[in-house]
Amino acid sequence: MNQLKIQISGLSKRFGTTDVLRTIDLVVRTGRVIAIVGPNGAGKTTLIKSILGLTRPDTGRILFEGADVIGADAYRARIGYMPQIARFPENLTGAELIRMLKDLRGGAAELDTELLQSFELGTALEKPLRVLSGGTRQKVNAAMAFLFSPDLLVLDEPTAGLDPLASSILKDKILADRGSGKTAVVTSHIMNELEELADDVAFLLDGRVAFVGTLDELKRITAQATLERAVATMMTRGWVRAAA
Amino acid sequence: MNTIFKVLKYQARDAVRSRWLIGYAIFFGLVTEGLLRFSGDPAKTQLSLVSVVLFVVPLVAIVFGTVYLYNAREFIELILAQPVRRRQTYTGLYLGLALPMVLAFAVGLGFPFLLHGIDAPAWNTLVALLLAGTVLTGAFSAIATLIAVRCEDRLRGLGTAIAVWLMLTVVYDGLVLFILAVMSDYPLEKATLAMMMANPIDIARVALLLRFDGAAMMGYTGAVFLKFFGGAWGAAIAITALMAWIAGPVALGMRAFQRKDF
Repeated sequence: MNQLKIQISGLSKRFGTTDVLRTIDLVVRTGRVIAIVGPNGAGKTTLIKSILGLTRPDTGRILFEGADVIGADAYRARIGYMPQIARFPENLTGAELIRMLKDLRGGAAELDTELLQSFELGTALEKPLRVLSGGTRQKVNAAMAFLFSPDLLVLDEPTAGLDPLASSILKDKILADRGSGKTAVVTSHIMNELEELADDVAFLLDGRVAFVGTLDELKRITAQATLERAVATMMTRGWVRAAA
Repeated sequence: MNTIFKVLKYQARDAVRSRWLIGYAIFFGLVTEGLLRFSGDPAKTQLSLVSVVLFVVPLVAIVFGTVYLYNAREFIELILAQPVRRRQTYTGLYLGLALPMVLAFAVGLGFPFLLHGIDAPAWNTLVALLLAGTVLTGAFSAIATLIAVRCEDRLRGLGTAIAVWLMLTVVYDGLVLFILAVMSDYPLEKATLAMMMANPIDIARVALLLRFDGAAMMGYTGAVFLKFFGGAWGAAIAITALMAWIAGPVALGMRAFQRKDF
């Protein structure tokens, strides 16, 4: 088994006159949860979208299990993506949306309906998505990311809009999947929640990786007890290239 | 190929249920039914419908298309995060937008004629009307797709869409009239034909009006057009020009879609 799920090297992306990513180097190790943290506009979502091929980098390479993702499509069958905003076609039902994903993926993967059940989405899936509350849509969004038992989960602000119960269920699911050898890339503004989940932390600042290493290393270097304090310390110090 | 159909299937399912498209079908149903009742003559109804189709179909196709695609932004991202090719996704999105609009238009306009029952010549004209509406929907939803893909800002995109429609309806007519008036001393048949090819609405208008007796009233230019469209070459050029108005924006949109950052 490949020990490195994703290898990113020299990744740069510029939108107009803004350098969103400046030569990012980052490795995501298999079977671990990596948290991407950083202030707004640090490039977290752009980084995630580059892994998925939604955004095309200007320079640099992204390898998924050793194979270049630029121009490739098939590797996305092994990724479950939960986008930040759960806005779907208003006149489709959740069940139809799920059928569409099954169709598009070709139905080879074994289905994992655990979240659909624990979120109790049964009747909600039969209604048009427009009538569902934001929280329920976010549950559908989460359940779809896990549905195809992907090797890699890419979760952009996964618990935003979820109630505490749903949020706990989702976090338990992420940890359970990690336990069975899956890998996850998670962004969030809520540091406490990442603290429960993350093995590794990548701290982005102005499109650069200011720190990457284990959660414990980050706390040790910043001499703080929690991830929130540690990240705050990094942000006030500005760009610190930690010897990770 | 498969992805095209899958994307088309679900997007069309969403669009067909849209209140706007249902309203669009009802609008054409009411207008057609009303004209049929007031005039009592299918041929006169169809002549009046020509102006309605040429005015409304491009407007709805370009505005509804642009708005729909801006609203579908996250949906498109979700599709592209699956193992799909962008080229096929784009084709599926375009067809999933254009076909439901054609369906709404055809059902709305065709249904009242079916109810009232019409004779053979009126059938032919009805088919011509439906074809013109289909081609115009194809062209203007392709332009809408191109705008929505190229332009990040939805307000600017919508503004561009309306500007394109105004250009090809109001401004274009004014410009042609102006040129014809100023240059009235010169032979302008060829120039007029060339100008017409630059506007899909105009090609559709002339092709439709020539089906009616009124074509005789278009005078000298009418005669020029009749000669042009009557010949195999003219018809072929007109059809090619219309197809280019679909294929051009689709190709440009696909190129932009393949390079786009979501």
